[in-house]
Amino acid sequence: MPAPIRLRELIRTIRTARTQAEEREMIQKECAAIRSSFREEDNTYRCRNVAKLLYMHMLGYPAHFGQLECLKLIASQKFTDKRIGYLGAMLLLDERQDVHLLMTNCIKNDLNHSTQYVQGLALCTLGCMGSSEMCRDLAGEVEKLLKTSNSYLRKKAALCAVHVIRKVPELMEMFLPATKNLLNEKNHGVLHTSVVLLTEMCERSPDMLAHFRKLVPQLVRILKNLIMSGYSPEHDVSGISDPFLQVRILRLLRILGRNDDDSSEAMNDILAQVATNTETSKNVGNAILYETVLTIMDIKSESGLRVLAINILGRFLLNNDKNIRYVALTSLLKTVQTDHNAVQRHRSTIVDCLKDLDVSIKRRAMELSFALVNGNNVRGMMKELLYFLDSCEPEFKADCASGIFLAAEKYAPSKRWHIDTIMRVLTTAGSYVRDDAVPNLIQLITNSVEMHAYTVQRLYKAILGDYSQQPLVQVASWCIGEYGDLLVSGQCEEEEPIQVTEDEVLDILESILISNMSASVTRGYALTAIMKLSTRFTCTVNRIKKVVSIYGSSIDVELQQRAVEYNALFKKYDHMRPALLERMPVMEKVTTNGPTEIVQTNGETEPAVLETKPPPSGLQPGSQCNKDTGAGGSMLNLQKSLCLDVMEMTSVMLRMVSRFCKSPDHYFFSAGIPSITAYNKNGLKIDFTFERSNTNPSVTVITIQASNSTELDMTDFVFQAAVPKTFQLQLLSPSSSVIPAFNSGTITQVIKVLNPQKVSDSENS
Amino acid sequence: MINAVLVFNNHGKPRLVRFYQHLAEEVQQQLIRETFHLVLKRDEHICNFLECGSLFGGADYKLIYRHYATLYFVFCVDSSESELGILDLIQVFVETLDKCFENVCELDLIFHMDKVHYILQEVVIGGMVLETNMNEIVAQAEAQNKLEKAEGGLSAAPSRAVSAVKNINLPEIPRNINIGDINIKVPSLSQFM
Repeated sequence: MPAPIRLRELIRTIRTARTQAEEREMIQKECAAIRSSFREEDNTYRCRNVAKLLYMHMLGYPAHFGQLECLKLIASQKFTDKRIGYLGAMLLLDERQDVHLLMTNCIKNDLNHSTQYVQGLALCTLGCMGSSEMCRDLAGEVEKLLKTSNSYLRKKAALCAVHVIRKVPELMEMFLPATKNLLNEKNHGVLHTSVVLLTEMCERSPDMLAHFRKLVPQLVRILKNLIMSGYSPEHDVSGISDPFLQVRILRLLRILGRNDDDSSEAMNDILAQVATNTETSKNVGNAILYETVLTIMDIKSESGLRVLAINILGRFLLNNDKNIRYVALTSLLKTVQTDHNAVQRHRSTIVDCLKDLDVSIKRRAMELSFALVNGNNVRGMMKELLYFLDSCEPEFKADCASGIFLAAEKYAPSKRWHIDTIMRVLTTAGSYVRDDAVPNLIQLITNSVEMHAYTVQRLYKAILGDYSQQPLVQVASWCIGEYGDLLVSGQCEEEEPIQVTEDEVLDILESILISNMSASVTRGYALTAIMKLSTRFTCTVNRIKKVVSIYGSSIDVELQQRAVEYNALFKKYDHMRPALLERMPVMEKVTTNGPTEIVQTNGETEPAVLETKPPPSGLQPGSQCNKDTGAGGSMLNLQKSLCLDVMEMTSVMLRMVSRFCKSPDHYFFSAGIPSITAYNKNGLKIDFTFERSNTNPSVTVITIQASNSTELDMTDFVFQAAVPKTFQLQLLSPSSSVIPAFNSGTITQVIKVLNPQKVSDSENS
Repeated sequence: MINAVLVFNNHGKPRLVRFYQHLAEEVQQQLIRETFHLVLKRDEHICNFLECGSLFGGADYKLIYRHYATLYFVFCVDSSESELGILDLIQVFVETLDKCFENVCELDLIFHMDKVHYILQEVVIGGMVLETNMNEIVAQAEAQNKLEKAEGGLSAAPSRAVSAVKNINLPEIPRNINIGDINIKVPSLSQFM
């Protein structure tokens, strides 16, 4: 068998391949040669073959048959073999193959080898791919090497120890004694890796953190020496002595000083010194400054130092170097919550970054801008952000739109401005708006009663030209359906009223229905809007009837169902039509924010306690059942379970109430709410029946009936209820306060719930 | 921690691939390809940092790259590394290569892939930075290369190989590597003696 070709030859050959197929062919041929060479157990050429295999692996070809060969190379005595063998092991093997365990013995022997480079190889391999079993077996050896005086080995052992700790956290204590003298080293390599080891230990265990706090003075001293020492050619990088070590130490100081006043105080001076003395003309200086700023912000530093830090960040923002601007924006984002006012000072620079060409910088600037919006600057900021929305890349538009909606909701100075902003977003980025934004917007529009005419007019104008943006079209059709009468009446206070005829409005809605661009949901909105207009418009009712009947045979099941039901409305229930299609009531947002509002500071008000109360809306039955000692435990259990069932009942009630008031366009098909059993446990059963009051349609009358199937009477039974702020509650007196046992009687109580709605149409005109 | 060190040329051909986390081969190749596409799109005047969360399976990861002539040096790091510091580290690595190979060019990296790996091993172990002093790194790499040369290196002439074999301490070679059903026997080399 001829000698296998050298690595160089192989590379040269592969490079001459002109196509992928040619290359694959060459490699396959060589793989076959290597495989047969491996089978012949050829010691002399094994290293050469494995080197070639690694090259082919890098190009993407399978090389797993070389794994065992790597092991054999590691076991060899030659340094060359070991070197390539360990490299192969690191590249081809990992924890998932059982074969790797065979290495353990070899590594153990090599860790005690006479040549330091062999020991170094073993440490390197263990530190890269040692599994937890291997680490457990070899941790003792690593710890021994951590104490050696050979700096080459010591630094490698330190990083290997980090890997061991990552794999087997329980072994951390084992390395503790060895760390005692680590910081006394003169060699920067050892110092660097020791700091890494200490950092890892402190991050993993709070006990270690407390233990190592006493090292702060020593670290400060080392840092000082680095800054003050003159030019040292060894560690110099662009005029600064060992910036990597400085950065590492600053990071460790950050971890040690967090939440600890004494350590933070010990560091204040050195941080100020580094911040002021470091040269910023090159990247290295900026790297150190950046790390210093992050440390200052994280520890309990004094306010002067914090101001200095933010100013440094501000200077970074004005730097020409993109990297530094990016880094500054990232750290400002982290600090904007805590030092809001200081960051506000740099607002204009941040807003300028929105116009940068770099995508990463733009994204950071956008996030930061949203964090900086508050009541004072909302108009200016919104203008910039809307301009940004116009011109930014598509990947940003969704996030930007949501951000604008949120900010507008929180800080809108006037309803008109709010609606204008929403319109602007819908028209510029309408197709990127998130789906849940549509119901929110609709709710917002209903709530701003005086703006209805203005809103519907603007929406109409917006979709006249172009109805491809689905969220925009959905909101617009809903509004036109609701307020079409205002649209054609030509009344508008806010701006110049336009003259629109009923036919034109129907034209638009019909074209939305027909258009290929409309989604099914949009078509649904449009059809319902047309239907609603049958009560608002006077002369086009026949046209509406025709449209509705056409869609009764539509392929889309949803549309078909709607059309058929609307048809039925025209034919059999025409007398109910005006009542069913009247104006929507003002909707309450059923979110988890209870009566307590979240107070957002954003630099305006005093930070209040930010607490969202769990939803208190709904009914909370008082659990004042009789603690009749006869039944003893069961009564107490009843009480407990009553409390637990509050949430359940609440959610049921919530669903009932919300169905009654919220779901747009569908509620008039449910013929009232069926009665429900709100509570049925431990013998106590409570039923609710609902009906609308005859005198006032906005009052719901709930009749509760409580019955008791246990053996004992329940005395002193009191039912209590609570409702959200906008509702009004009236509890009439119950029939009695004793529920007799064995279902022989019930307590009846009437509750009236008033939900203030908009007055009906008849009163408007 | 550094997740991966990738070096590829302007056409996406990999020149150095080192992952510090366990990934299947196909995944590795896919990552190289996608990283190349991401990095290729970048203009000259844009910052050297790229978010790449979905690629490497963690939202935390960033790609920090530098473009030298025909080669891209890409380091994938997580948030525990300082971004500006890694930029400097790339510079140190390249300058070290320059010192080791005397005016390094792409061909050097192509034909001495193993040596580049060894130099990288002196800079980064297990994803953590080991040594940043250029002279130290170069000195250690040189010393190890000398050791290798003394033994004859990878492309040893057969005669050198025979003498090396004669010096092998025979008892230390495992005679039987037993992995389940496979029973590989190392042949006895007594016939050489």
